Amino acid sequence: MLLSLAPPLAAQDSMPPAPFAYRQLDDPTQEAAAQDLMETLRCLKCQSQSIADSDAPMAGDMRHQVRIRIAAGEDPEAVRAWLVQRYGDYVSYRPEVSAVTWPLFAIPAVLVLIAAVVLAGRLRRRAS
Amino acid sequence: MSWRVWLPLFLFAGFLGLAAYQLTQPKDDFVESGMVGEALPYFDLPAAMEGVNGAVTTDFKDGTPRLLNIWASWCLPCIAEAPQLERLKEAGVPIVGLAIRDRPEDVARFLAQHGNPYTRIARDDLSEVQLAIGSSGVPETFVIDGRGIIRYQHLGDIRESDVAMLVAELEKAR
Repeated sequence: MLLSLAPPLAAQDSMPPAPFAYRQLDDPTQEAAAQDLMETLRCLKCQSQSIADSDAPMAGDMRHQVRIRIAAGEDPEAVRAWLVQRYGDYVSYRPEVSAVTWPLFAIPAVLVLIAAVVLAGRLRRRAS
Repeated sequence: MSWRVWLPLFLFAGFLGLAAYQLTQPKDDFVESGMVGEALPYFDLPAAMEGVNGAVTTDFKDGTPRLLNIWASWCLPCIAEAPQLERLKEAGVPIVGLAIRDRPEDVARFLAQHGNPYTRIARDDLSEVQLAIGSSGVPETFVIDGRGIIRYQHLGDIRESDVAMLVAELEKAR
C-alpha cells in the first residue's frame, strides 16, 4: 500500500535523460560553443543555476535542444533567441543593455563622474 | 549646509523602506510563456498510454477552442487539480493532455486513480513541445483557440476559483 503511494510522492520523473542531456557533441568546436551557451542559460526549475550545472530533467532536455540545434548548424545566438522568445529575458544570464536595463549601466558611470568632479574641485581648492 | 547633511540620510531611509516593502511581497517563481498569441508549433506526438489517441497540431485547428493541460503522473499538484479538470470536462470543455516524461504504466495508474478528463493524451518524453510553447513546469494549462493559436496561459494547478475564469477565456477564444 505504501509502495503504491511512492511514485507520486517522488515528485520526479522516472524516464531516462534526453539523448544529448549528458552526451557531448562529437565535434569539439561545436561542443565548446554549446557549452559556452549552456553556461549562460538559466535552468527554469532550479532558477539560480545554469543548464550546464543543473541536473534537473528539464535542464537536461534544454541541453539536448541546445546541442542538437548547434550540431545542425544553428548559430548559438539564434538558439538563445529561440529560448528568449519562449521564456523572456529571464532565461538568459547574459547582461543586455535594453530599454529596461540601461540605468544599471549608466548610473555607476554617472556616479563615478560626479565623484571625479567633486574630487577635482577639492584638489583645486587645496592647491589654490 | 543642513540639506547636505540630511539628504544622504533621507535617500538611505528611502532605500531601506523600499527593501523592507519588497521583502514582504510573496516570492513568484513562475516564468510566463512568451508564446501567448503565437501559433502552436508543429508536433506529432504518440499516445501516452494504450487506449487513447496522441495529438497532432492539426487536431487544434478544427474551429473549437480547447485546453492543453501540461501534466505528469509524478506531479503532486496535478492530483489536486484532477477534480477541477473533471468539472471542466463535465462542462463540455475538450482537454488535451500533454504528459511530460511519463511512462505509460504510470499514466494509466494516475488516470485510474484520479479520473481521465482528457480527449487525447500525448506523450512528451523530451519536453520538446513543452519547451516549444514556453511552458516551464507542471502543471500548466493553455487555452488554444480553434485556429491553433495560444490565447492564454494558466500557471500552476487549476483551483476551484480558476474553473470559471478558464471557461471565460475559452469563450473569448471562440
